[in-house]
Amino acid sequence: MNITSAQYYNDISGSQAGIKATIDGTEMFVPLDPANRHYAEIMRQVAAGELTIADAD
Amino acid sequence: MSKAAELAALIGSGQAQGDKNLIINGAMTVDQRHDGSSFTIVNGNSTTGVIADRFRVNETSGVVMTGQRVADAPVGFEYSSKLTVTTADSSLGSTEFHRMIQPIEGKNISNLNWGTSNAKTLTLTFYVKSSLTGQYYISVFNNAADRTLLKGYTISSADTWEKKTITVIGDQTGTWLTTNAAGIYLMWSLGTGSSYQSNTLDAYQAGFFMAKSDQVNLAATNGSTWQLTGVQLEVGDGPGTAFEHEDFGTTLAKCQRYFQNNGGNRTMFSSDVTSGSNYFSTLKYITAMRAAPSVTFSSNAANGFNTADPNPQQLATESFEVYKTATSTTGGGYYLFIYTIDAEL
Repeated sequence: MNITSAQYYNDISGSQAGIKATIDGTEMFVPLDPANRHYAEIMRQVAAGELTIADAD
Repeated sequence: MSKAAELAALIGSGQAQGDKNLIINGAMTVDQRHDGSSFTIVNGNSTTGVIADRFRVNETSGVVMTGQRVADAPVGFEYSSKLTVTTADSSLGSTEFHRMIQPIEGKNISNLNWGTSNAKTLTLTFYVKSSLTGQYYISVFNNAADRTLLKGYTISSADTWEKKTITVIGDQTGTWLTTNAAGIYLMWSLGTGSSYQSNTLDAYQAGFFMAKSDQVNLAATNGSTWQLTGVQLEVGDGPGTAFEHEDFGTTLAKCQRYFQNNGGNRTMFSSDVTSGSNYFSTLKYITAMRAAPSVTFSSNAANGFNTADPNPQQLATESFEVYKTATSTTGGGYYLFIYTIDAEL
């Protein structure tokens, strides 16, 4: 997967809800679920030092 | 043996039961993403390289290919998934490859007892057609990609449908997950660099491999094609039973566990809205997803709101919520959007 941006986003209460990411050119909202392949790949790239997730606005 | 006794034996072996095919959408009838349209497969792309549902193409070389679900199939089928090379790459790097793959969810293989001495043997049947004749390979590997079975097949005649039957023995060691993660990966190699080549065939080996060194490189020839349909993987040691055609709704529902596209059915919430107030909607999926899905929005339209994507929250396996903040006070405010949800393996 080619992940070009990643930023946490919050729910209405201000709690972390997921990651807004651009993956293979498509913007998507990714849940914080290790069984989700996008989330797993984001975290793999973070662990490998290849990607940084920006804080929520 | 009487016919009744034969049937009883088949039922006892697990071969004659309904829903015998471990492969989803083996006849390529469901194509939620493209509905038969051609698209370019982007290098390294594992998100949008799906042709017919559940059949994904991965490629990591310099080749450019198009994918399309086409109305070209052997007798008894209507569709196939087709790859066409539009920019050739005759020299594969050691870690480069192209492949078609279907991950099989672990929850669907718990009856196979793989990783134990009771591991069941499977039979794989499929129809294949290519402009390039020669030696090809399929690979069966586990979630950790540390156990692999390589099996070869030959395409004898160019541009001619050929049926292939391959025995897939069960692995008595290794870890084969039976969770909602991928339990078995079934893969057709279309060209594999040296790092993923092995000479060990017909037996499980440690590590991850995709082909032997004599695998045809589909990408070496501009305009070359490769097509697949009628894929069935069932319990039993050959020669394989007739393809299990199931009704379209059943196949679609199976595919929707992994991907749903609400297409032109735009989702709406509507009311008189007040600037600065939040408006919510809960969206329940057509069927429960394998895992909490990723969500993509498109075709947003609004009155009383901006058209930026709505804010999703509580992304779960059966539903999610969205909300928008009104940007003006108006009667007849509304917000419309199309969404897709992706819980593929």
